[in-house]
Amino acid sequence: MNPLQRKKDRIDALAATAAGGGDIPDAGHVSESGGLSLIGSAWLRLRRNPVFLIGAAITVLFVLLAIFAPLIAPHNGTTKYLISQVTPDTPIPPSQKGFPLGGDDQGRDFLSRLILGSRQTLIVGVLATLAGLFGGLVLGTIAGSIGGWVDSVVMRIVDVMLSLPSLVLALAVATLFGRPSQWTLIIAISIVQVPIFARLLRGSMLTQRASDHVLAARALGVRPAAITFRHMLPNSLGPVLVQATLVLATAIIEAAALSFLGLGNPDDSSAEWGQMLGKAQDLFDISPHVAFWPAGCIVVVAFGFTLMGESLREALDPRNRR
Amino acid sequence: MLRFIVRRLLQAVLVMFIVSVLLFAWLRSLPGGPVDSLLGERATPATRAALSKTLGLDQPLPVQYWHFLSNAVHGNFGTSTQVQSGTDAMELFLQRLPATVELSFFAIIIALVTAIPLGYFAAKRHGGLLDTGSVVLSLVGVAVPVFFLAFVLKYIFAIELHWLPVAGRQSPDLDATRVTNFYVLDGLLTREYDASWDAIKHLVLPAIALASIPFAVIFRITRASVLEVLNEDYVRTAESKGLSARIIRGRHVLRNALLPVVTTIGLQVGGLLTGAVLTETVFAYPGLGDALAQAFSQRDYSVLQVLITMAAIGYVLVNLLVDVAYAIIDPRIRTR
Repeated sequence: MNPLQRKKDRIDALAATAAGGGDIPDAGHVSESGGLSLIGSAWLRLRRNPVFLIGAAITVLFVLLAIFAPLIAPHNGTTKYLISQVTPDTPIPPSQKGFPLGGDDQGRDFLSRLILGSRQTLIVGVLATLAGLFGGLVLGTIAGSIGGWVDSVVMRIVDVMLSLPSLVLALAVATLFGRPSQWTLIIAISIVQVPIFARLLRGSMLTQRASDHVLAARALGVRPAAITFRHMLPNSLGPVLVQATLVLATAIIEAAALSFLGLGNPDDSSAEWGQMLGKAQDLFDISPHVAFWPAGCIVVVAFGFTLMGESLREALDPRNRR
Repeated sequence: MLRFIVRRLLQAVLVMFIVSVLLFAWLRSLPGGPVDSLLGERATPATRAALSKTLGLDQPLPVQYWHFLSNAVHGNFGTSTQVQSGTDAMELFLQRLPATVELSFFAIIIALVTAIPLGYFAAKRHGGLLDTGSVVLSLVGVAVPVFFLAFVLKYIFAIELHWLPVAGRQSPDLDATRVTNFYVLDGLLTREYDASWDAIKHLVLPAIALASIPFAVIFRITRASVLEVLNEDYVRTAESKGLSARIIRGRHVLRNALLPVVTTIGLQVGGLLTGAVLTETVFAYPGLGDALAQAFSQRDYSVLQVLITMAAIGYVLVNLLVDVAYAIIDPRIRTR
């Protein structure tokens, strides 16, 4: 960063502190309350970061699309409008008036399914991430706050989960359920994320445990549970939330991979991009567009989440504070 | 140093023990139970009872686990029922292993020779066009599903342009002598250079698709750590001493910056197997990933057992080696 920019940042930071009525932070140490919190200074940097803005714009558009999908889609996703055009020679109805992207292999409107698919994709991504986050939070909090042998046992289990390739673990979990469905897909993807979240949280909890404000709380006689939940956990969440943003991207990609390997949701009445892409594999050589469109959507959305996650990570990194 | 290695070895054994318990629990809780899984649904009650007895399912769980473990230690995982019906599962693993090792090796080489220079020059011209472009490329690389990339490569270079073969490990009409089952190496050993060339042509597309995973990671780590090293005092000192750019790059910057890259390569092994499952399926490449995907979709549990066990062992071993290598390079690690 050039000197001028640095100076501007410093002024902005000062301005923000003044506006917030907090104390101007001491050199070398920034107090947690008052002053400019890590989140506050991160936001100041994010607001001007084009990478973050592009990522956030893609994400917002995607979420809006998912919410208003039924209003935007020209047709519904289940009626087989073009079924008469599906023949063994032409399994995919071509583009035509009223159906700009043609139909799918069952004569349904491809564009509408693509638009409606955003909703199911978002649901799978968000639920899988939340479930993984929750599992990781529980394990990481137990390991990081209790420490000792509990920590060792939990972390060994986490190591084992990490020692299996993510897709293998997801496949193993998915086969446990007799019949694949949307829920088995979500559970399989989320379990893969649990060890990553647990490790991250434990790491930052351990740092917190050794920090001065926790020591102070302990010296004041604050109960251990209160120290964990009020002092350590909130301060450890930064890296975990960054990871969650990145996991949203991988969850959507992983859902596609599981569908591709035949362990996705077999019920395609409500479309999902990963499922559309997974099912397109047999048709790829004949009409590649049935794979390109859902894949393109996945790439753009995953790219958006990744941009946002990466810029958040950079912004929350204390080494980047000015 | 010895103590460090012993301690890490004990940890690895512990991890493998937990893996075996989990694998055992997993096999027991599969829908339909192990007998159905192994025999399929059309087995007669008599064969079921016989298999239950042979598998020792009438015995208490700890005894069953012990049998499972001792079988696993002896490499006895049963016979493949679906993937290559009748073949011993361990043998199937050993047959397929060279194919995946060869593929992963090429993928890692492709990733290293592209990602490290790109990461270095991106950091060197920090904020420039090359930097921004390659950062965006690596982020897009993360966002593209590997199997889709494989499909696109196959569609363009094999189906449309006919430059490279569509699938498999070697051309069907090629009669090559096999020594090690590493096809490229075999060709070199037996001086059947056309066989090596044929194997390489089959490797190019799957290896590029597979390389996309480690490429993005190695690029980003190289770039970040070169950026950090470039700001170090010793680099400025070296520059002010008037050392040539080549020496600074080789001895001062890259040597220090590549340490984190070494660790990452170890961590990539798991990711490579994940990628291999997908790319090998797209290219019908007869390796472990292809076997694993088939074993999952056709419920071939003997093959799954051997592959999952070996995947865990492989991952633990590689990371053990990386840890030891790292401890040799950086003595501070040993005391932790």
